[in-house]
Amino acid sequence: MRFAFTQEQDMFRDAVRDLLADLCPPEAVRASWENADGRVPGLWSALGEMGVLAAMVPEADGGLGMTDVDVVRLLEEAGYAGVPEPLMEHATVAVPALAQAGSPLLAAAIAGESTVTIHLGIGGRFVLAGGQADAIVAERNGGLVVLDGAKMHGVESVDQSRRLFEIDEAGLEQPLVGADLELASDRAVLGTAAQCIGVARRLLDATVDYVGQRQQFGSPVGVNQSIKHHLANVRMGIEFAAPLVYRAAYSLARPDQHDASTRRRDVSMAKMQASDAVDRACRAALQCHGAIGYTFEYDLQLWLKRGWALSAAYGDAGHHRTEVGAALGLC
Amino acid sequence: MDLDLSQRHVAFRDELRTWLAENNPDEALPSMDTAEGFELHREWEKKLFAAGWSVPGWPEAYGGRDCDLIEWLIYEEEYWLSGAPNRVSANGVSLLAPTIFNFGTQEQQDHFLPRMASGEHIWAQGWSEPEAGSDLAGLKTKAILDGDHYVLNGQKTWCTRGAYADWIFCIVRTDPEAERHRGLTYLLVPTDAEGMERRPISRLDGDPAFAEVFFDDCRVSADNVLGEPGQGWAVAMATAGSERGLNLRSPGRFLAAAQRLTELAREVKAASGLDQRRCDEVVDAWVRAQAYRWQTYLTAASLMDGAEMGSEASLMKVFWSEMDVEIHATALRLLGDRGELMDDPTSWLDGYIFSLSGPIYAGTNEIQRNIIAERVLGLPRK
Repeated sequence: MRFAFTQEQDMFRDAVRDLLADLCPPEAVRASWENADGRVPGLWSALGEMGVLAAMVPEADGGLGMTDVDVVRLLEEAGYAGVPEPLMEHATVAVPALAQAGSPLLAAAIAGESTVTIHLGIGGRFVLAGGQADAIVAERNGGLVVLDGAKMHGVESVDQSRRLFEIDEAGLEQPLVGADLELASDRAVLGTAAQCIGVARRLLDATVDYVGQRQQFGSPVGVNQSIKHHLANVRMGIEFAAPLVYRAAYSLARPDQHDASTRRRDVSMAKMQASDAVDRACRAALQCHGAIGYTFEYDLQLWLKRGWALSAAYGDAGHHRTEVGAALGLC
Repeated sequence: MDLDLSQRHVAFRDELRTWLAENNPDEALPSMDTAEGFELHREWEKKLFAAGWSVPGWPEAYGGRDCDLIEWLIYEEEYWLSGAPNRVSANGVSLLAPTIFNFGTQEQQDHFLPRMASGEHIWAQGWSEPEAGSDLAGLKTKAILDGDHYVLNGQKTWCTRGAYADWIFCIVRTDPEAERHRGLTYLLVPTDAEGMERRPISRLDGDPAFAEVFFDDCRVSADNVLGEPGQGWAVAMATAGSERGLNLRSPGRFLAAAQRLTELAREVKAASGLDQRRCDEVVDAWVRAQAYRWQTYLTAASLMDGAEMGSEASLMKVFWSEMDVEIHATALRLLGDRGELMDDPTSWLDGYIFSLSGPIYAGTNEIQRNIIAERVLGLPRK
């Protein structure tokens, strides 16, 4: 019994954190709001070189043979850095499904030469980066297919780095035989929860910095108890959500010990707590920044809007609370 | 990450589970904060001790089983899930014992620890004073050295279990000239000492759960100083994390309460239906207990790797105390009109009233949030 990450897992996480700090600083996130494809130049291929895109593919298929436990904190880092790329969609949902099905699209996807996004029922109508992706792994009739040549139109997200598309015509549907839809859905929910934790941590760090510097009445505003208690509450939310995210990753990584309904319940617990944590972080971060946080120019908004989007994506807290209630026989 | 229990852990759990099933009282004991209930809970402590189940985390020499942190967490989960009695020894075992292990002389350890483990000595805490609550360093009770004894004068209050306890662990001012945190001493005081008077104070539920203690030239042996004289603040704070975090309130008790809550909710659902809001509240309570459990296992792993529990204990204290209130408040709402009945056999009301003390004792949650902000997050003090 040991609920902890290994040194190797810590090192991989740290390496990804360093890479993102280097290649995806706030200026790059902001630039992705305005550029043509909503992406960060050079980042995708760098993630490919580091093995992040191949992490969850068996070694026999050219991957790193990692599990959900290995990658869950990489997505937390993606949230922290504000990565606008469809990293969760590609690396932890689409790529493992392509690998399960032995798809010919796999090799380019794990090398970072292509981008594959997803369209699952739990994710709602819109496809993140649908217009930029080379293929879409989609839920159709209780299974997974690859959409090739879908016709789409763009819709504008409050987080303009999230390039959303709505499908008008699906085009060719190639079944992914052997790919597990339930697992793909669980991974999308959990990956979103992990990103919520990262966004919440970033909002907290930014706000702790700010209230330590901003002076009013001759002192940093952070000396005031009302500010302290807001931020203590944000930390509490993160502190008691992250372990459920890690615990759910273990459930997905060990299907031998967890049946499908237990996995779904654990994933729903993680998302409901993570959504609540990031909602609380968004509110407190804005309130503690005051007017400067309410401007378009100040970087805080990049994480606020990511937080709003991810809190609701793949089922908001209310949706997953009801899921847990059903699992407990209550609703 | 590996959540399989080892064979050793499984054997440990099964032995305890069997013992509890065979030995738990058939009927709930009366409140430990009544004269009769106190002694019945002491008898239960003796029974646990005789079977080696009163302090499993302690060394065998003092009546424990040398069990590791994981086993202790398993112990707590099994204990509370089984519906076993509350622990009248908790103040001593959770709050004082870590300090005796850290600062006690060999003689003090050999004398006090086995008697604490067996229920012979039940301990109360004597820290707060009428003018020193959250601002504990403002305490005024004087203890002046006279030969080999200290002479105590002053007043302690809110001494939990103080009405019937055998001993009180106090912080007193041994150097009246010194300011605030300096000049304090950690002193162990027997409640039959001459010059001590106890007056029970009724808790919100009417039971005399705590006491005021008055010292009037009360003489206490200098051998009963824990740590160095004048170092009482450092001695007390070195283990304050125990009071707020793992030691005092492990996840087991809340997992058990959340389990009982979901069972109650299922009964209500079957009888009269459960609306979405009630359902959400029950889920929130259940998920919080799970969150506390897994956060604790994360913490346990890092403690077993050699990390120390610092100010992070304040995060745990705020979380478990507020969760406990929510679990019980949710249960009362589910009970509907039965929720206000003092003698309802489900005893949720008793639990609710007790839970309301959680955000106040062991340092109010407002103080804990200040600690989180200043020492965990690094916000400026001034």
